[in-house]
Amino acid sequence: MRISRDRVSSLLVIAPSVLAVAVFVYGLIAWTGYISTVKWDTLRPDYTGVGIANYQAIFAQNRFLMDIRNTVVFTIFFIAASLTIGLTLANLIDRQIRSEGLFRNIFVFPMAVSFIVTGVVWKWILSPGQAASAGTPATPEGLNQLFGLDPASNRWLTDAHVVYIGPDNPVYGILHDIGLGFITSPNIGIPIALLSIVLAAVWQMSGFVMVLYLAGLRAIPEELKEAARVDGCTEWKIFRHIVFPLLTPITLSAMIILGHISLKIYDLTVAMSGSGPGFATDTPALFMWQTAFRDDSFGRGAAVAIIMLLLVAGIVVPYLVWNRRQEVEA
Amino acid sequence: MKLPSRRILAVISIAALVASACSSSTATPSSAASAGAAGTCTKQAGATDIEAVSWWTTGGESSGFNAIINKFNCDNPTYFVSNSAIAGGAGSVAQAALQNRVLAGTPPDTFQVHMGHELLDTYVTPGYMDNLDDLYTANGWTTQFPKGVLDIVSAKDSSGATHYYSVPLDIHRANVLWFNKTVFSSNNMTAPKTWAEFLTDAATLKGKGITPLAVGDNGIWASGMLLEDVLLAQLGADKFDGLWTGTTDWASADVTTALTTFQQVLTFVNTDHSALTWDQAADYLIPASAGAQPKAAMTIMGDWAAGEFDNKKFADYGYAAAPGTDGVYQALADSFGLPKAAKQKTGVKLFLTLLGSAAGQDIFNPYKGSIPANTQAGNPPADQKQYSTYQKWAMGQWKTDTIVPSMEHGAAAAPKWKGEIETAVTAFVATPDVPTLQTALAAACKDVTVCK
Repeated sequence: MRISRDRVSSLLVIAPSVLAVAVFVYGLIAWTGYISTVKWDTLRPDYTGVGIANYQAIFAQNRFLMDIRNTVVFTIFFIAASLTIGLTLANLIDRQIRSEGLFRNIFVFPMAVSFIVTGVVWKWILSPGQAASAGTPATPEGLNQLFGLDPASNRWLTDAHVVYIGPDNPVYGILHDIGLGFITSPNIGIPIALLSIVLAAVWQMSGFVMVLYLAGLRAIPEELKEAARVDGCTEWKIFRHIVFPLLTPITLSAMIILGHISLKIYDLTVAMSGSGPGFATDTPALFMWQTAFRDDSFGRGAAVAIIMLLLVAGIVVPYLVWNRRQEVEA
Repeated sequence: MKLPSRRILAVISIAALVASACSSSTATPSSAASAGAAGTCTKQAGATDIEAVSWWTTGGESSGFNAIINKFNCDNPTYFVSNSAIAGGAGSVAQAALQNRVLAGTPPDTFQVHMGHELLDTYVTPGYMDNLDDLYTANGWTTQFPKGVLDIVSAKDSSGATHYYSVPLDIHRANVLWFNKTVFSSNNMTAPKTWAEFLTDAATLKGKGITPLAVGDNGIWASGMLLEDVLLAQLGADKFDGLWTGTTDWASADVTTALTTFQQVLTFVNTDHSALTWDQAADYLIPASAGAQPKAAMTIMGDWAAGEFDNKKFADYGYAAAPGTDGVYQALADSFGLPKAAKQKTGVKLFLTLLGSAAGQDIFNPYKGSIPANTQAGNPPADQKQYSTYQKWAMGQWKTDTIVPSMEHGAAAAPKWKGEIETAVTAFVATPDVPTLQTALAAACKDVTVCK
């Protein structure tokens, strides 16, 4: 096969970035994978192979299991709330209202703020203040002060409770009888403090989702809706059966973007609560950083990093495959 | 359609850029020039640079460090020490940056590190540091520093010989109880001498509607310190030391008793402890206005709390050793060592000589709020900053007390061990269960191979 001059020059042009990505992305991933199988647990590198012992050590730590729980819970709540709010805002704005640009900017603006700043401000807002004790009234702060809530029952960031199927729950016995007793662990539950972090993250990202949906809504031809109206569809039916299905690609893109943010979330939780009460707001990223750079257990830290990579890949790779198919079809 | 979709696309792409930029945060090292006060010595032509890395970037600590550096630069015109400070919580940021440089073989000429296992396990055991035996002998430090400190800064080599690895510049005390004097006097109380007394007093205070103990354990270490104080009171200095060398059994009944006390103490802390940092908790002792009742009566914290109270112009505070630990000084210190790969070893040794000397420590410590590690120190020249009342009290105790190391501040245990203990304490504070905590503590000791 004869290679055209055009092709040679295009290969030459692309070569440096291919090389850089190969070394600095895939090379370092491979290196991290290798480190996760060696002993290296002091500052001086120690490349004695230990097989999967690092992974075993991590999964034996209850903290890591809680981190996985937190990541799953955070991802579900964060994506669901951001999509719902984003879609609602987009629909409200897409009404040819006056000064639409102003509203759009107001809703998108939180995204321009860094997660650290968001975290610090929301930490102030969500600090509960002191609960009342004998003779002394409560001294609520933040939201509790604003809405006159009782700090004793509205603990926000400091709430150590985890909602899970405990022994008091009627289905507890049933689950144990049918061999699903593992579901009744606090490690399969919803830590309340984590929802405060979700609140801050949703505040920051729902405007971004709104913009995505707005673009999607604008791309739907008016003729489709007109035709449906002529056929006697209500506005809700138009939304449900025409607009919403056509927004599927947007929803998927938004889920991927939000999903990888939530799996890697670090700065927001560090600024707001750190590991939180009873690791209620701990994340794999924070665990990895502390294991590697505070405890000098680089082998175990690398193992956490690899697991995080697999989690993100589990979301992103199917999306890329799907995207590729769409392009081929189109 | 009214709005061009191109505009929307532009918004999206900008938004995406912002999103990707959000996730990175970097620490910027700032090289702080020495204090611009009168008498600052500038670099002489041909002087050799010495780079000292610290995490002291603000307040009294950076003033103090710059003062002692300036003293060195004035006395030794052939050298010029510069303070490369890396800001960030108790050195956690500086440490990551330092470790990179040590690993790369280009460490600073000397750097700040907590004395004890944070230095020994991280840098000495892997072989990155030179020992300072000649400095200790030549300057008589083996008699000027208390035995407790010598034990903490030294390590035995494979032949069993003892070597010294860092020069402690200051000493902070971890086991101090701070209280609001007005609250105590109006309830006819004195500082509790034992944890049993503490629990009785706490119940009384709680009945009066005041939170007995303020804790700010965001980042958990404040609760870790509380646990250390309870263990220290229950076990005494020798057996407490033994916890960290493997001679005291973590599964013993004494430890169980201490952990049960710890659980009781935790019932008397403020409800929002996990949202607060130590200084915010200390502020709970300060009444909102003169004569008002403060939010809390006591806090247990290292003696840097005195600086916090002084900064807030709050003078109505009293202090005592944490309950049951009178006569024991739980110490932590910032120290400086000599990396094997340092470029200017002669100059660094001159600088370290000043840091360890009585004169040098009397320049630094009045600013920092700590006390000198060197027992010969304690009388700064009249034209310099003097020690505060608290510091004078602490110096008196320092000369007579038994010295034990602090786990939370890197003196007693390796960073990895400390991390595992903090993990166990975090779980305990949320769901107190003594057997679970004790099992976890015993397992942590085995995991770091100190216990068999």
